[in-house]
Amino acid sequence: MKDRPVYLVDGARTPFLKARGRRGPFTPVDLAVQCGRPLLLRQPIDRRDFDLVILGCVNVIADEMNPARVAALRMGMGDAMVAFTVQINCGSGMQSIDTGFRYIRDGRCDLVLAGGTEALSHAPLVLSADAADWYAGMATAKGPVDRALQLTDLRPDHLRPVIGLERGLTDPVTDLSMGQTAEILAYRFGISREAADSYAVQSHRRLERAQHEGWLATEVLPAFDRDGKVHDRDDGIRPDTSTAALAALKPAFEKPYGNVTPGNSSQITDGASWVILASEEAVSKRGLEPIARIVDSEWAALDPAFMGLGPVLCATSLVRRHGLAREDIGLWELNEAFAAQVLACLAAWEDKAFCRDVLKLDDAFGRIDPGRLNVDGGAIALGHPVGTSGNRIVLHLAKAMRRRGDRRGIATECIGGGQGGAMLLEAAA
Amino acid sequence: MSGPISSQLGPDRLELGPARDAQRDRHWRAATDTGGVCWLLLDVEGQDTNTINEDVLRGLSDQLGLIEADPPSGLVIRSAKPGGFAAGADVGMLAAMTDPKGAGQRLRDAHAILDRLEDLPCPTVAVVHGAALGAGFEIVLACDACIAIDGASFGFPEIKLGLHPGLGGTFRLPARINDTKAMKMMLTGRSAHTSKAKDLGIADVVTQERHLAAAVRGVLADGIKRNGPGLADRAMAIAPARSIVARRMRAKTQDKAPQEHYPAPFKLIDLWEQHVGGREAQEEAEIDSFVDLLETDTARNLMRLFRLRQKLKSRAPDEDGVEHVHVIGAGQMGGAIAAWCAMKGKTVTLSDPDLQQIGKALPAAVKLCEGAHLSSLETRDALDRLIPDPDGEGASHADLVIEAGPEDAGIKAEIYAKVEPRLKPDAILATNTSSLGLEGLAHDLRRPGQFAGLHFFNPVEKLPLVEVVSADKTEVRVQDALAAFCGAVDKLPARVSDGPGYLVNRALTPYLLEAVLLIGEGIQNEAIDLTATRFGMPTGPVELADRIGLDICLDVADSLRSQLDKPMAEIPDWFRDKVRQERHTGRKAQRGFYLWKDGNVQKIDSNNEPKEDFTDRLILPMLNACVECLRKGVAEDEDQVDAALVFGAGFAPFRGGPMRYARSRGALSVRDRLEELADIHGERFRPDPGWSDLA
Repeated sequence: MKDRPVYLVDGARTPFLKARGRRGPFTPVDLAVQCGRPLLLRQPIDRRDFDLVILGCVNVIADEMNPARVAALRMGMGDAMVAFTVQINCGSGMQSIDTGFRYIRDGRCDLVLAGGTEALSHAPLVLSADAADWYAGMATAKGPVDRALQLTDLRPDHLRPVIGLERGLTDPVTDLSMGQTAEILAYRFGISREAADSYAVQSHRRLERAQHEGWLATEVLPAFDRDGKVHDRDDGIRPDTSTAALAALKPAFEKPYGNVTPGNSSQITDGASWVILASEEAVSKRGLEPIARIVDSEWAALDPAFMGLGPVLCATSLVRRHGLAREDIGLWELNEAFAAQVLACLAAWEDKAFCRDVLKLDDAFGRIDPGRLNVDGGAIALGHPVGTSGNRIVLHLAKAMRRRGDRRGIATECIGGGQGGAMLLEAAA
Repeated sequence: MSGPISSQLGPDRLELGPARDAQRDRHWRAATDTGGVCWLLLDVEGQDTNTINEDVLRGLSDQLGLIEADPPSGLVIRSAKPGGFAAGADVGMLAAMTDPKGAGQRLRDAHAILDRLEDLPCPTVAVVHGAALGAGFEIVLACDACIAIDGASFGFPEIKLGLHPGLGGTFRLPARINDTKAMKMMLTGRSAHTSKAKDLGIADVVTQERHLAAAVRGVLADGIKRNGPGLADRAMAIAPARSIVARRMRAKTQDKAPQEHYPAPFKLIDLWEQHVGGREAQEEAEIDSFVDLLETDTARNLMRLFRLRQKLKSRAPDEDGVEHVHVIGAGQMGGAIAAWCAMKGKTVTLSDPDLQQIGKALPAAVKLCEGAHLSSLETRDALDRLIPDPDGEGASHADLVIEAGPEDAGIKAEIYAKVEPRLKPDAILATNTSSLGLEGLAHDLRRPGQFAGLHFFNPVEKLPLVEVVSADKTEVRVQDALAAFCGAVDKLPARVSDGPGYLVNRALTPYLLEAVLLIGEGIQNEAIDLTATRFGMPTGPVELADRIGLDICLDVADSLRSQLDKPMAEIPDWFRDKVRQERHTGRKAQRGFYLWKDGNVQKIDSNNEPKEDFTDRLILPMLNACVECLRKGVAEDEDQVDAALVFGAGFAPFRGGPMRYARSRGALSVRDRLEELADIHGERFRPDPGWSDLA
């Protein structure tokens, strides 16, 4: 059977809300509901007519198992709505699109709602394994003597919860934190602290311009919390930051000599994003107006210590599979996990030996024009809700391509654990 | 639960034991199982909901005769109606009990039947699903044990009818549960839901329909062990202690329902205080007291209002066909209407160009849901259904659009011009305007037949009335659908015709304006309000105007003056300046006639005696306007006027409504009094020609 074309019809996200030391106003599903409801309202589709809901989410909270299904029901999509949650760490929000894309391409579905959500401020406190054993012992102790004996096993360590988020951002195999992997890339590809900081400043400036110009108006929908507060823009942005200000920051991961600081890393943030995917049949039957066509996607895996180079691997294969070259791609969204990591990717593509040995190219892939990369800022300015970012970059790529009139674009991200994901879009006819 | 599976499987089937297929004999069905347990089902003929009347009790008496002759090993009593146990005594029957002697005898006979139930030698178990109210609850209390199906509720709403329990409730409930809690239930008329009923000791066991057969077996096998009276209950057995508590109850009740207007709670407290022990004397005293209350105007008026409420409800067709409501304007009323509809299960989009304004509706909705005792999950679901919609996208999905924008015909016309082309073909466009005529608003509409007024009252959660206002061109289908919608969201629809202020505001405005004039004459705010609350209004006109918003009052007054051909009070300049220049618009501005703090009125001396009695100056203009509405056909009949003013404006309920009050004074005498006031104070009091139709 011939592959069916798959369109990205519309999409919207919440403002990205910086985690400020206490739990934010929304859980992961709350966030998904906040931007999902108005998105579903603005298309001429009955929300019960979708075939499938797929949601990426990494830190699922105990009250919201299978957040995709909880979100679908809470958005009034009906008891009969099949919904599942996908997780590939930082690529989850793109994996949901990729999965929906395949279902439609293969003729199994016509309308899919695919999203990503993450409330990093709600990441759970977890107990150490030792402490969990101790609690279990207390719970099963029989009689006061047994309990008293158990009590003597209590150690101060047991009362100290582990921040789940910290563990989540540490590679379980190499025990390197994500920030450390960025330090490694900075060293290997010669990315200076100054270069990283100035890249970070540019991210803030570009996001500010996009906000100011109203380029995010249909993409970022206001979220309303229970206290009546309206959250209407990404709030981690620091438009007045400067290289001088960033230079003063201390390294966050490898003290005291490291180069990766909170200022040139992505922010810890809450946010959700959805896109509506449709078959050609659904588009014509319902009179939808797609903003882009999803052409293809690619995933790649590599040494976890070099996880930041994931985009280089998967995006290059994607381009080559379609017989394209670097200059055929008019716009790039490369998720800004760390400034040094983005710059290392660019450096790798310009490195002839790297391209020959790793990517099996005859020559360097070449230089990506900074004017075509993350043109409206990225995760450094607006944050990186891990399960959401992959969705956001595809959505934003589609919207930015349409605004700028680009024909093709690629959204790609590095994935903690040593992977990368990329998606190729084409302007809708 | 909804969808194909639950519709295929149908509703939860009631466990009816061996009596499932038993024949009905005078409202009861009975059968005994192989273990010797008799199941007795209450299944009142010709009714969807059981209500208790004398024939039902006679049927019970027959059944008890059979049981006494050949006692089973246990007796289970439950309702065979899916809706619930029983809604209480038939109010029509109570209202018809006009002869005190006969009433006393009939009550004694009824008591004797419940006493026999109580005295049966076998263990008796009442099983309750849904509501067991009033006389229904009294049957439950005459049984040894009570099994509640999750969702059951118990209550004595008699106090709301100007009565107290009359079939043994006043002594059986305090005997079953803590004295003061029993009194609180009877004094407030509030129901106890399942878990509360379990805590109180009304329900001995809580279970689900699917486990009922096992629960009945368990209760009959093990019996019910109740804790003896606690320390507090034993203290209540001492007369002086009871007197102290009774005094406190009286003081508290007086604040809410003064004795001169509402005698029932005081008689109930008397009963409880005077009868420590001595069951027979208690029974006699309850009967005498109940018969006395039946005689009072308060009870007669409140029972009539109960029936008027049923009548309004019955005029709401079952199916409203409204799933999605789009509310335009997130001001106080728009926000409150949206929150109410979402809480009642509708999908609601709330649109307003001002995001902050939409935001404000959310904490208000949370408060509404919590006030209605919704669980945290139910509150979450209600909030999920309440969708902020800054771009107004909901319009194209909505079955009903409620416009609650500013009271400005120009702005409303702009809103309609923008929204009407987006509507689904069958969608209804309704306005919540309280002052603008529908005729004018409908002028430029493409589909005036699908346009009507849907007028909610402030505060939405407290006032159950909604005026469904038809303009000349409004289609009947649309009127019906709006009335049905009101029913679906638990509001009482009053179908009225277009006319300045419709019915409620037309009547209320002269009352509020007269208060403004009195202020102008130098009368203190508090004295004016005291006069009105003494008459029985829940809130005085000065405070009410502040609550509504003085700007809105002024809009309505101006609009009425311009539309009515009758003389109305001149609106004083000082009042206009206060609202327009100083922006002292009432509660929302923290300052109107009164100062307000955190939403609470700051009165200086609320017991300030007025020097002269100006009750008639305040109240009679309201009556005069009602008569005008009747004459012009804005309202259908006197019943509707009374119901609308009580349920929409809180008109002194014990007086039965403005028309009932006029009737009780005599229509002619009210008319003469108006003539008198007109001669003294001006033409605004001149009686409407309609008074002669009433004479």
